[in-house]
Amino acid sequence: MLTALYIMLGLALILGLGLGYAALKFKVEGDPLIARIDAILPQTQCGQCGYPGCKPYATAIAKGEADINQCPPGGDAGVHALADLLGVEYKPLNAEHGAPKPKSVAFIDEKTCIGCTLCIQACPVDAILGAAKHMHTIISSECTGCELCIAPCPVDCITMEPIAETPDNWKWKYPVIPIRAVPLNEVR
Amino acid sequence: MNAILNFFKPKRGVHPPEHKAESTQLPIAKLAMPQKLVLPLRQHIGNMPKILVSVGEHVLKGQLLATPECTVSAAIHAPTSGTISSIADAIIPHPSGLPDKCITLIPDGKDQWTNLTLVDWRSVPKEALIASICTSGIVGLGGATFPTHIKLRSSGKSSIQTLVINAAECEPYITCDDMLMREHADEIIQGIEIAQYLLGAEKSVIGIEDNKPIAQQAMQTAIADKPISVVTVPTQYPSGDARQLIHLVSGIEIPHDKRATEMGVQVFNVATVRALYRYFTFGEPAINRVVTVTGNVAKPQNFEVLFGTPLPALIQAAGGAKPDTTHFIMGGPMMGFDLPTSEVPITKATNCIIAASPHLFAPPPPAMPCIRCARCAEACPIQLQPQELYWFAKSDAFEKARDYKLFDCIECGVCTYVCPSNIPLVQYFRYAKSEVIAADKAKEAADLARERNEFRLARIEREKQERAQKHAERALGTKAEAAKAAGAIGDVAKEANTAEAPPSSTSDEAAKAAKQAAIAAAIERAKAAKAAAAETGLAPKNTTPASPAVQQEIAEIDARRKNVGLENTNEAPITADAEKQAKIAAAIARAKAAKAEAEAAKQAKNVELKE
Amino acid sequence: MSDAPSVSVIMLKVLLALVPGIFAYAWIYGGGILVTIALATITALAAEAALLKIRQRPIKPHLLDLSAVVTAWLLALALPPLAPWWLIVVGTLFAIVIAKQLYGGLGYNPFNPAMVGYAVLLISFPLIMTKWPAPLVLAQTKLSFFDQLSFIFNQALPNNIQVDAITSATPLDYLKTHLKLNQSLSEISQAPIFGVYGAKGGEVVTGAYLLGGLYLMQQRIISWHLPTAFLGALSAIALVFYVADPEYFASPLFHLTSGASLLCAFFIITDPVSGPTTPRGKLYFAAGVGVLTYLIRVYGGYPDGVAFAVLIMNMCVPLIDAHTQPRVFGHEK
Repeated sequence: MLTALYIMLGLALILGLGLGYAALKFKVEGDPLIARIDAILPQTQCGQCGYPGCKPYATAIAKGEADINQCPPGGDAGVHALADLLGVEYKPLNAEHGAPKPKSVAFIDEKTCIGCTLCIQACPVDAILGAAKHMHTIISSECTGCELCIAPCPVDCITMEPIAETPDNWKWKYPVIPIRAVPLNEVR
Repeated sequence: MNAILNFFKPKRGVHPPEHKAESTQLPIAKLAMPQKLVLPLRQHIGNMPKILVSVGEHVLKGQLLATPECTVSAAIHAPTSGTISSIADAIIPHPSGLPDKCITLIPDGKDQWTNLTLVDWRSVPKEALIASICTSGIVGLGGATFPTHIKLRSSGKSSIQTLVINAAECEPYITCDDMLMREHADEIIQGIEIAQYLLGAEKSVIGIEDNKPIAQQAMQTAIADKPISVVTVPTQYPSGDARQLIHLVSGIEIPHDKRATEMGVQVFNVATVRALYRYFTFGEPAINRVVTVTGNVAKPQNFEVLFGTPLPALIQAAGGAKPDTTHFIMGGPMMGFDLPTSEVPITKATNCIIAASPHLFAPPPPAMPCIRCARCAEACPIQLQPQELYWFAKSDAFEKARDYKLFDCIECGVCTYVCPSNIPLVQYFRYAKSEVIAADKAKEAADLARERNEFRLARIEREKQERAQKHAERALGTKAEAAKAAGAIGDVAKEANTAEAPPSSTSDEAAKAAKQAAIAAAIERAKAAKAAAAETGLAPKNTTPASPAVQQEIAEIDARRKNVGLENTNEAPITADAEKQAKIAAAIARAKAAKAEAEAAKQAKNVELKE
Repeated sequence: MSDAPSVSVIMLKVLLALVPGIFAYAWIYGGGILVTIALATITALAAEAALLKIRQRPIKPHLLDLSAVVTAWLLALALPPLAPWWLIVVGTLFAIVIAKQLYGGLGYNPFNPAMVGYAVLLISFPLIMTKWPAPLVLAQTKLSFFDQLSFIFNQALPNNIQVDAITSATPLDYLKTHLKLNQSLSEISQAPIFGVYGAKGGEVVTGAYLLGGLYLMQQRIISWHLPTAFLGALSAIALVFYVADPEYFASPLFHLTSGASLLCAFFIITDPVSGPTTPRGKLYFAAGVGVLTYLIRVYGGYPDGVAFAVLIMNMCVPLIDAHTQPRVFGHEK
């Protein structure tokens, strides 16, 4: 019985030393979790999640203060990815934070713009070009569709234009298999 | 292990019924001039070319209508003489069925050539020849439509040992290359000579399937004693895929991340090299190609078709489609796609049009679940595991699909062909590829947005700090002034003090004094500028007087600003003239009216939509 | 465009390949096997139809793909020919409902349904499962077809016939029990149940299955990898042990011709859904089944190890598949 005790103690000692050594030798610097969460988020910087940007939301998720289903631009795919990364249950998007919308880009009506720079100050990615009393314009390729510029505009000259489908960005659709064979005339 | 496995290796690819004899009974026919020609700008891989003509302009046959934009682009030429009737969106032959920009040409019936330049390719330097091909509009006519001038550049990193000519035409129904070889073998051979010369290749090999004996004979005769060899490959689809053909004729397997040129091989389709020959010898740019019209038509055969010919004209020439035709397929039955409508033009990519009927192309039976029989994996010419890719694509596990080499798939359709459960495998792979490419683009955009956001936050921080520093300096500055005013008396005493002070603190005090002096000077300057501004009112930086139109605009904008209550108290009116003031008032009224109109229009639209 | 054989055609050919084996079986053990097969088939189709209805899937195409019928036949051939009807029904229900439909139906089951049904029956009713009828040539009383029928459904025998008169242990079972009694192989093989190599008449059944299997290979329904690897591995390990101690370990030929060896080689491990999809993977899988079968037969608690060996290797299939991916054209490895 004493031998058993000694063996167990010896094993505990050896394994403990091994784990300690591994903890020191294979230590990973910093907390990459926030960066990994941020890498999944779509970087729209829209604030629909309730946080002022994607990095603050990522930090909140890492701290456990926020849930993973608060990001509509990331969509269901984003929630799944976050659930996989954090090892938690997937849950559907929280409707309180908005619904996913088709990807859009802001557009300023130049006839109405008064050059007040309120939208420039609002844009989280500096996608609006302009200066005080000069015409403002959206750099479409940089616009994330966050819609933060619409509210500040005093003359309501900003609209969201959905991105049109062209042969350039057209995607093959998921194949739909008929469960029964449909004659071609019906399909066309 | 591998030896054992290879011993009973199943043959890859498939050999479907060929259906080629239907369209090889008649020689290539020339089509009557159609009523109009619709030329999409996007007929090749790469950038859209820049349009040079305008609506209403009269053009000659072979005239340049659009010039290549950057290197990876190709030109568009007028296939016949006529008038440009429109430059607008029209339905293009693309699986999406979406419209794209097209130039519509109405032929004038004269078919008048523009001035053509003949080139003696043996005497002109290669760079000039390549530059010339750049504006020839010649693209790969095997279906990929890659701009040919890029493939012919020999000043690249590696040299070409072998030029492989793709005469395989492995897909069923398609016979355009076969007939071209039978009737114009000599032109093809001369085109091969040109290509070989431009590439600096040591030898040329023509790869042809063994189901084309007549064509092979014609090519052999045309070659005569030239150092070009013909290699027959067994008729097995898809032997016509570029990398598969290279492997079949030369045994070289091109690594997936390298181009064929990096292994010393380049591949061209027979029709492409023939176009090259005609361009140099007769000056003819790319204006037509041979198209097979087959399937459910009265007289299936091959036609020489001008680009932009509307499909109905072509079908008419083939005797018309039989009544039970359901739709048309562009390309072959394995890799072709269903045309969304028959009102599409023939483009550089159109090698074959098949009229489909329920008899020829029965609707596929409903797909059963995948039973993991792996027949697809046995048949795949790229040795992929289609059943794994299918499961991943189905469950949207795109990263796993990418790991299992999804992007090596050439979408040849062999897996779909052999599947016992009738699963449309290629559709799943196309869907998966689209999604992965879109996700990659979104990730790039997201990374950029993240960078911009971080930079913006950093910039705001920086500005805040600068402002805080300025405040601090200003506060320090007022103190320094007071100290200066009151310290003139004590200066002498100070100097005396500093002279006696220990050396270590002298530098400190000197620096401090210098800083304070700089701050004081800056504050003086700011005060002076402020005073000047206060005297003269807001002085604009540019001194050239604004034109009346610009003044008008400025007035309108000022009016709008006043409207909203954003008045700058420092602002002096542009002019105190009563007339001008009246104009300003009018401008305000106009702006208000315009806005109201826009609002009303928007309201009306909303109402319409709601209904 | 497609000219591939449909799933129904593939399954039909598998059924066709089983026919010689069934005839040989009926010849050796009497016509009761046909009743068993019929009963299993009806149960399987009924169960599948019911589950498809519950799952709101189209019934006709899935019933017509004959995969349930193949499962039923394989299970029926693995069970003792005079097993009571409820045994067959329970086994088939388990195989179709739980091992196949509840996982998602055809194509989604990770385990071979017939083997799951067999394993469940073997563990739940061990006594009945080992009560095989004696081959007709050996039986003290020959039962007519109708006698067998009534035995299957009513457990009733004609007057004066005891159950022991018609049943006997299988060679594998006999071998196991008597080896434990420290008899040597030469003594054991004198027992009447043993034929030339395996059970009396077992060689005929084996030969019939082999014929069916070769037909399937010729028709390219199955590839050579699985049967060759399984039989090779089984023979190899049996040979090693046999050479080490011929009086304790039976010869490779014995192992090949007894139990469900050849049925397994050509029909059970070749189930595409639960097996690996890569050629190298198939070799490893089949070799694993062969080795495990042998070990379970010799050292395990059950006479025949095929069912458990197959199920254990089914568990390893995803791992085998992931690590035996063949080289892609244009890639190094």
